[in-house]
Amino acid sequence: MSAVFEVINLKKAFGGLVVTNDVSLSMMAGDRVALIGPNGAGKTTFVNLVTGALKPSSGEVRLRNEPVTRIGPTGRVQRGLVRSFQVTRLFQCMTPAEHLGLAVLQRTGKSAQLHGNFLTRPAVMEEVDDLLERLGLYALAHRKVREIAYGQQRLLELAIALALKPSVLLLDEPAAGVPQSDTGRIEDALANLPADLAVLMIEHDMDLVFRFAKRVIVLATGTIIFDGLPADVTKDARVREAYLGSYANAGLNA
Amino acid sequence: MTEKTNSTLTASAETTRNRLRAGFISRDLYGVAAIVIVAAAGYVLFPDNLALLTRIIAIALLVLSLDLVTGYCGVATLGQAALFGSGAYAAGILSAHYGINDPLLMTLGGIIAGAVAGLVCGIVMLRAHGLPQLVLSIALVYLFHEFANKASSWTGGSDGLSGIVLDPLFGLYEFDLFGHTAYFFGVILLLIVFALLRIVVRSPFGMLCRGIKEDPVRIRAIGASPHKALIKMYIISGAVAGTGGALSAISTQVVALDALSFTQSAEALVMLVLGGTGSLFGALVGTLVFMLFEDFVSAANPFHWLTMVGALLIVVVLFAPKGIFGTVQDLLSARRNRTGETRP
Ligand SMILES: Nc1ncnc2c1ncn2[C@@H]1O[C@H](COP(=O)(O)OP(=O)(O)O)[C@@H](O)[C@H]1O
Ligand SMILES: [Mg+2]
Repeated sequence: MSAVFEVINLKKAFGGLVVTNDVSLSMMAGDRVALIGPNGAGKTTFVNLVTGALKPSSGEVRLRNEPVTRIGPTGRVQRGLVRSFQVTRLFQCMTPAEHLGLAVLQRTGKSAQLHGNFLTRPAVMEEVDDLLERLGLYALAHRKVREIAYGQQRLLELAIALALKPSVLLLDEPAAGVPQSDTGRIEDALANLPADLAVLMIEHDMDLVFRFAKRVIVLATGTIIFDGLPADVTKDARVREAYLGSYANAGLNA
Repeated sequence: MTEKTNSTLTASAETTRNRLRAGFISRDLYGVAAIVIVAAAGYVLFPDNLALLTRIIAIALLVLSLDLVTGYCGVATLGQAALFGSGAYAAGILSAHYGINDPLLMTLGGIIAGAVAGLVCGIVMLRAHGLPQLVLSIALVYLFHEFANKASSWTGGSDGLSGIVLDPLFGLYEFDLFGHTAYFFGVILLLIVFALLRIVVRSPFGMLCRGIKEDPVRIRAIGASPHKALIKMYIISGAVAGTGGALSAISTQVVALDALSFTQSAEALVMLVLGGTGSLFGALVGTLVFMLFEDFVSAANPFHWLTMVGALLIVVVLFAPKGIFGTVQDLLSARRNRTGETRP
């Protein structure tokens, strides 16, 4: 089986600060990978680089063997590489239904149509309703985003990514800012992701990481210092060293 | 217990949805009815001033076109009259130089020229963001203005383009000295444009543009290109502005350089802000209030009318930042919510 997503010798420096240092990794369909690392390790930058939001200094990104390094962010999304944002990026004046409607319309190539409204399109609404239902947002479908709680906005952020039916999904701390009462929903949604979808999740909550991931990658100051089974990560000397003195030490000891 | 709550919630979401769908249609009908009523009232109240009313309609089309790029997409521009003027000159030149005097063909010429000008301005302006973008828009309208000034064998330069002759509308209605035909023609154009734009702004494309205005990064992350969408909106906006320009050329039978001036562009922006950006009704209300106010105040007090227009603007911007229409809408919905909450 060949990789759906491959990163080869990716490098990025902001001025003199090397934030991504020769990072290589590949993912197969159905992979569940957690990318962890102390704050400032370069995890978000990695997502920005591979999605095309930032230009790497050198290195290559491939989707199903096709090099996409020279393809813009929209082209990569159209090829199935979708991300969520660590800090929610939503349209404050739009409703969850509109967000999901827009995502579904875009995916099906209808977002440039000049007539009709998605609310009257059964094919679109069926999908929108299904996503709203799955993430427990149905009752809020027609509220403006600025009127709904941050935890629910995080759920919507995840729903938008799912509406795009990606083949590779990069989740940047999907549970950050979600109150304890709602993390269950996020976890349910993660557990019910399509089996053949390759998922890379950045996350600090180690319990969530251990339940979700079949493989853990640890990034420290821009370098991959561990890539292996969740069971081995806490035993790894370099990982312990990278986390030493940092908040996550307790979590890793647990 | 949970099941019951869920089904109540589901029912309420369903009601909201039906209300939203019904809301589109009824608001469209209100809009069309409002235009017809105001147009008829204008006709009855100011029968001797149809030229002013027709000019208001032409400028309303300019302000609507500005609302599409500024209000709906967040592109700040002080050069929108370049699109309006292109339409006006195209319609005028068709008649004055090519003997194409059919008002419908002239309007079509104006629409096409406006759309092309929109494409050109869009391509140039969308290379920049924020303040540089605003400066580009000013540069563009000056360039258009200077081009029209220099190409005087085509445009009449600073003397204006004259020699526009009109065939009867639909071969039936002569363009009379009192401007009856021009006024009716203008009202019909406005109704058609308004109805089409209502469809556009709530279409998938309209929703995409609202998204671009708020967060282009998010739009890219769902795989859509803000640039492509904005170029498309610029072309649509140009067609609308060009319609207004053509109407202005047809109704006055001259085109002056003012049609593509910076001043006209800035005034259009003022009218839009006055009425409320991001709403077609806002654009119409702003144009109507500004131009009637201008006409009234400049007649009543020719020395201080600009001061009074300035004062009106300051009052609106400070105390009703959403514009006249936006503020009235907020007040109404606040009231509706209050009465709604008293129900069990
Ligand atoms: N646009 C930027 N310019 C300069 N430095 C940046 C920029 N973006 C991120 N950085 C720096 O890169 C490092 C990695 O940041 P980030 O990728 O956000 O880390 P993480 O997501 O792992 O917490 C940090 O030191 C941060 O300050
Ligand atoms: Mg981060």
